[in-house]
Amino acid sequence: MLIRVAVNGTEHAIDVSPGTSLLTLLRDELGLTGTRNACEEGECGSCSVWLDGVLVCSCLVPALQADGREVRTVEALAAGEELHPLQDAFLAAGAVQCGFCTPGLLVAAADLLARNPDPDDREIREALAGNFCRCTGYQKIVDAVHLASRGTGLPRAVEHGAVGESARRVDGIPKVTGAFAYGSDLRADTMLRGVTLRSPYPSARIRSIEVTEAKTVPGVRAVLTADDVPGRPTFGLEYCDQPVLASDIVRYEGEPVALVAAETLEQARRAAELIKVDYEPLPVLSDMEDALCPDAPQVHEFGNVLRHVQILHGDPDAAEADVWVEGYYETPMQDQAALGPEAGLAVPTDEGGVELQTSTQWLHVDRQQIAPCLNLPEEKVRITLAGVGGAFGSREDIHVQIHACLLALGTGRPVKMAYGREESFRGHVHRHPSRTWIRYGATKDGRLVAADVRLLLDGGAYTSSSPAVLANASTFAAGPYEVPNVRVEGTVVYTNNPPCGAMRGFGAPQVCFAYESALDALAAKLELDPVELRLRNALRTGSVLPTGQVLVGSAPVREVIETCAAIPLPEPEPARANWIRRGVGFAVGFKNIAYSEGFDDSAEATVTLRAGADGPVAEVRTAAVDSGQGLYTVLAQIVRTELGVEQVVVSPADTTYGSAGSTSASRQTTMAGAAVQAACREIRALRDANGTAEEITRTATYHHRATTGFDEQGQGDIHTSFAFVAERAVVEVDVELGLARVVQIAAAQDAGLVVNPQGAEGQLEGGAAIGLGLALTEELQLDEGHLHNGSFTDYLIPTALDVPPVITMFVTVPEPGAPYGVKGIGELATIAATPAIVAAVRAATGRVLNRVPVTPDDLLGLRAPAATAGRAPIPDVPGQLAVPEYLGLGIGQQELMKAR
Amino acid sequence: MDVFAPRSLEEALDVRVAHPEATPVAGGTDLMVDVNAGRIRPKALLDLSHVDEIGSWGRDNGRVFLGAGVTFARIGRELTEFHSLVTAAHSVASAQIRNRATIGGNLATASPAGDGIPVLVAYEADVVAAAARTGRRRIPLGNFLRGPKSTTLAPDELIAGVEWQPVAGPGSFAKVGRRNAMVIAVASVCIQVDEERHSVRLALGSVGPTVLRARRAERFAEGADWHDPAAVAEFARLAAADARPIDDLRGTAVHRRHVVEVLARRALTQVEEARC
Repeated sequence: MLIRVAVNGTEHAIDVSPGTSLLTLLRDELGLTGTRNACEEGECGSCSVWLDGVLVCSCLVPALQADGREVRTVEALAAGEELHPLQDAFLAAGAVQCGFCTPGLLVAAADLLARNPDPDDREIREALAGNFCRCTGYQKIVDAVHLASRGTGLPRAVEHGAVGESARRVDGIPKVTGAFAYGSDLRADTMLRGVTLRSPYPSARIRSIEVTEAKTVPGVRAVLTADDVPGRPTFGLEYCDQPVLASDIVRYEGEPVALVAAETLEQARRAAELIKVDYEPLPVLSDMEDALCPDAPQVHEFGNVLRHVQILHGDPDAAEADVWVEGYYETPMQDQAALGPEAGLAVPTDEGGVELQTSTQWLHVDRQQIAPCLNLPEEKVRITLAGVGGAFGSREDIHVQIHACLLALGTGRPVKMAYGREESFRGHVHRHPSRTWIRYGATKDGRLVAADVRLLLDGGAYTSSSPAVLANASTFAAGPYEVPNVRVEGTVVYTNNPPCGAMRGFGAPQVCFAYESALDALAAKLELDPVELRLRNALRTGSVLPTGQVLVGSAPVREVIETCAAIPLPEPEPARANWIRRGVGFAVGFKNIAYSEGFDDSAEATVTLRAGADGPVAEVRTAAVDSGQGLYTVLAQIVRTELGVEQVVVSPADTTYGSAGSTSASRQTTMAGAAVQAACREIRALRDANGTAEEITRTATYHHRATTGFDEQGQGDIHTSFAFVAERAVVEVDVELGLARVVQIAAAQDAGLVVNPQGAEGQLEGGAAIGLGLALTEELQLDEGHLHNGSFTDYLIPTALDVPPVITMFVTVPEPGAPYGVKGIGELATIAATPAIVAAVRAATGRVLNRVPVTPDDLLGLRAPAATAGRAPIPDVPGQLAVPEYLGLGIGQQELMKAR
Repeated sequence: MDVFAPRSLEEALDVRVAHPEATPVAGGTDLMVDVNAGRIRPKALLDLSHVDEIGSWGRDNGRVFLGAGVTFARIGRELTEFHSLVTAAHSVASAQIRNRATIGGNLATASPAGDGIPVLVAYEADVVAAAARTGRRRIPLGNFLRGPKSTTLAPDELIAGVEWQPVAGPGSFAKVGRRNAMVIAVASVCIQVDEERHSVRLALGSVGPTVLRARRAERFAEGADWHDPAAVAEFARLAAADARPIDDLRGTAVHRRHVVEVLARRALTQVEEARC
């Protein structure tokens, strides 16, 4: 039906169907993509608009109901070039990271201020509780609303900030106006829409796939199955074991089986429903310990052991300790839940190649995986970066890339694929569930003498980055402490659960929960203050790690512990019911920076300095990805510091530039930062030598200090450098209802040097929020391989009312060899937040809590602690799994496979 | 025809008969979740948002009529003398959802976790159903709610609103969920004191196939001293025994029953304090 609707003051007459939402009308019909689609369940608030002046989620408004009404969107906030005070305040307060949630938050905040010009913290958090943010931890959003309402009283970002200053985001303005284009916002003329048909079974044989009927649906231009993949049938970051489309066996619920491209999304969806796949269900292997039983179903013909790592240092069996503690700990499958769902646009080129624009964390490793599957040389596959709506590891693996390219090449038309929230939960890897058995021995004065750890990770159906996650978890398993005698047995297995891979912390959060919980138990047994016990054993420069690696970089572990412990505790709330108990918990975490195990990790960047109309302008060209964390702002700060220019442009990332490596492993400030710094210094030397005002371009590549693989004892120079964090949580528990509320998190971060204080605070605040989710609410609930809560209604990420203020402090001991002595900080706060919060809940309740997320049943003693039958099983075949040749190790992080 | 947008209830009821394929919609906050997920593909919509009659509330002969189309945001702002209903309205999702979601939608969806329903059950409200053929009928809420997402509304009927006789006495509503906002109730409890009868009505949400009345607890309360902690504890124990919870992905049966006991105890203690 034709409706008439006024949007931002302009009248439109649009034909809509009964199932069309106002969100779809705004985005697809009117091209107003500032209103974001992140869940279509009315949970996340990213699609907030005003309908006749009333704040609504546009995804839940039937477009037909907008007939005769007036709609206002984020695009109406700014008056031309003049930003709305809230838009300006969001940029000034550092409230924007990936920016995906920002338009919805701005609309909701503007609605609040219209009703309440000077709200307090509580009123702001209540008003914004229906707007999810996964990057910021909400504190800087609350600050921004205060700043907009009061105009003063808070630090503001610096317009052209150099290294050490809170520089304003270089991509900030389009993010607050809504103009910033994420993968899901891309469009092209004559574009088709692609959809994926996924397996409803976690384990099944495909007897047949019938596509005839699907092809008869009007508008359908292609229906593709595994037979239509022209090149290599599989892809993967480390092993190419994951089928582009399943051909004979499906190994997890949600595995892609077929693709459809059609003129409209609705036509493509209808056609996908008409594809008839005849499945023969097979036994489901859903338990990671069962995977190691001899009679377990084999997920792959080469067995269920994905990787086994053994680290032996000293002699833990002969170590003499006065006190031993032993514990068993479990962590769940966590989802990154980046607000921007996976999406991309593939456009065929005249030369028979394809250009893909997508949201990813590493353009070049995507291309290495895509091109062979398309049977194209790499140079015929060009990838450019679309706006990244948060990542947290979820975009390290392939999502729509190969599928969209296949459909584009198969139809000769541009094809857009954009997952909804439910498909996003099935379309990316998750954090590995873990089981850890840990035993610490100590002297009676609290010196650790031994650690014995067995660790089991559920890798799910395919490899992804599991080998590297396991290596990390294994090498960190004894904690950031000097322990002379250590044994770690780490194993990651295949199951019929969804594949697991990278997520913020990458193996570190799982073991940090175990070793910090065990250390608290040890402190209790020794009747020693938990902070003091940690201080007595803290790593320092020169310490020897369980791998025999000598810690050569900066390691101010004592300093972060002392700094965190000195942050003032919050005042108890005055009038509390007698069923509320307060607890305080403390934890220390650490993690490697950049890639490990002999991988030749590098980043390339090009800088051009030229004269501009308003003075000199520098341009940075790099394939490094800003995932929302602020990398491009950091690179601009480095250029300003090195070249003394104000104006810096960071060009869109593209595979025509050399690889900058992955935006992961907390590595890009060091890696891309060092490359930019080096290019700038060459330019500066030339400029100073010649005194020339001519345009100068220099390209530099940075490699970090080389590492090695493990030897047979698990010894080696595995990691290049480390960062440390200490966190303290204050939690209030309703001990009758079993509800925990975090009141405050204090965090002290080893940062080397803080390039952008506001951005660094944002990393800690947002990182802690993800650790909070893991501690209390976040868990993908799986039953026999079936996922039950793949939605924002039931996968519970923290809201503005769940994340408390995070007090952040930085310890700055420069890292030798890194530009300005910087260290990556992106992952650290996530790691120690979880054990700190659980320790606080233990302190408040006295309960044994050895599993996260801590449920109300755990808090009330209605559920027994996680139990184990005994020591973790060791697989029959310890050591490296024999990987079949056909998996083809010639791609991706492959070099590290060779090193092993 | 894609959409029918009647201006009166009578007109809407005629559409309901003539075009049974048209899906009724008011705020859309439940319907559109299913539409967006592809679980429902409506052939046509019966848009109830222009029917003034169901978009208002008021009193008649002491009874309160709350139109089906009144949103939770309006309930929170306008029905301020009904404290429990206001508390329940505030606990619904987010500002964005409360601006659209209606009490009629809550009843039509008939989820045992619907936040408004325990209050209406404790108010002993009647659903006012209307049909072109049979006119209006009042259905006691207990008879209206048949099971999870199932009601006794006839196919040609629409919900015009709910009606109740206010009673003198304090009341309260409390809801428990896993996070502090945007949460579907794990369990909820609404208590309403009837001073004249020295009785309480206790409604339990999210702990059974529909919202339940805790009848044994209510009967016990009639003869009990609400000031006596032992009596309050027994009341709470009976309320928990009246719950019929299940395990699902949002919570366990054992925790739900436990929550009912705690909330029932706190509720009776609180209303007793309010009376003194």
